Amino acid sequence: MKTVSTLLDQNWYERYKAISRLNIRSSIYDVTNRCNLRCKGCFFFSSDEHKAAPEEEDVVRWESFVEREQARGVNLAILIGGEPTLYLDRVEAFYKRLPTYCATNGLIKIPRDRFPGMMVGISLWGDEEDERLLRGKDAFAVSSRNYTGDPDAYYLYTITSRQLGRTERVIRRIADAGLKVHMQLLSNDEGVDGFSWTPPQLSDIRAEMDAMLERYPGTVISCRYYHEIITTGRMLGRPFSWNECPSVTEPLDNRHPRPKRLIRFIRWAADLKTMHRCCTSATRDCTTCKDGAAHMSWVMVNKRAHMRSAKDLQNWIEVYEMFAKLYRFIPW
Amino acid sequence: MPESKETRERIIRIAEIIIEELKLEEITPESFNPDMDLVDELGVDSMDLATVALVLQDEYGVFIDEDDYPKLKTVRLIAEYVQSRLHGQKANDSL
Repeated sequence: MKTVSTLLDQNWYERYKAISRLNIRSSIYDVTNRCNLRCKGCFFFSSDEHKAAPEEEDVVRWESFVEREQARGVNLAILIGGEPTLYLDRVEAFYKRLPTYCATNGLIKIPRDRFPGMMVGISLWGDEEDERLLRGKDAFAVSSRNYTGDPDAYYLYTITSRQLGRTERVIRRIADAGLKVHMQLLSNDEGVDGFSWTPPQLSDIRAEMDAMLERYPGTVISCRYYHEIITTGRMLGRPFSWNECPSVTEPLDNRHPRPKRLIRFIRWAADLKTMHRCCTSATRDCTTCKDGAAHMSWVMVNKRAHMRSAKDLQNWIEVYEMFAKLYRFIPW
Repeated sequence: MPESKETRERIIRIAEIIIEELKLEEITPESFNPDMDLVDELGVDSMDLATVALVLQDEYGVFIDEDDYPKLKTVRLIAEYVQSRLHGQKANDSL
């Protein structure tokens, strides 16, 4: 019978053991329905999720909500929005009680004296040309000033199909700002002209992502297997789909048979009562979803399926390590 | 102390449940090492454990608290856990 230690050498086995008992229990929270940008392709606004529920405005209620989440077993709060930094008191309600990751567009600087060590993921959509087109401004120019050299912040670089051949310049600018970067692909929820992916483009961008990882190993937090999964939408021969996605809100998950999934995962709206269907928009076509975290989680929950061979299991370990680094469960 | 016949049978049955629920190949309940670490060696994760726990709950009529999953590292430890739960129930029943 194949076991972990028969498949792995000592070095890989130690790496496996360092992550195998982390038991990450994440949930996602819409901190607010407001944002200081309106990006074309943002699933939150394009699918009217900002209208799904009114915001809870009493911070004391946020604090008791987080305590209930803690009691529910959540050990990683992923804050999205809207733009969470518009309501730092709500962010603080999480930060004081749970390991917290805050997604932001980086236009507002999170005060580090108030939030030391909190992991911050700064969104970046292509280069400055793409950002102006999709987000209405060159957000990187501001966010890179706000977060230069911050050891607990990284860029979540959403690569668009127009970035082919142009990613290195972006990665170099991030490296120059003393920051790390993780890459995912634009799902193009609003069907902006010229921003949808074709199969040859996906193949080309995969090669480019591999090259960036090789050239900038101290900057790029990624692995080749993740590039394969996100560009092909396939894992171990299986296509990503609604029936495979692990990031579905547990109480709303009525799939039969139930796939391997994130235990206790819920995506909460900002009223702290309404649940969204999944980590992204319910209107998104799952077959073209390019969400990085959903694809990473898809790999992570399918560990034993990766025990076919040493290479498969090593791939699984690398994806898990990448996730654990991005959410601060292990160091960079 | 040598394990009792009852314990041995419970270990074999739990191994059988794990093999069936996790669709393990190339192993039988009898050849299953009861001290093998389920996470470090078999790659079992908490969803696997939840699946196994549901079957154990039906089979033995005991409640398995999710907070106890980290303790259930081997088949032998699961068997001991089930046994302690059964004894706890009997003690409660006799009160």
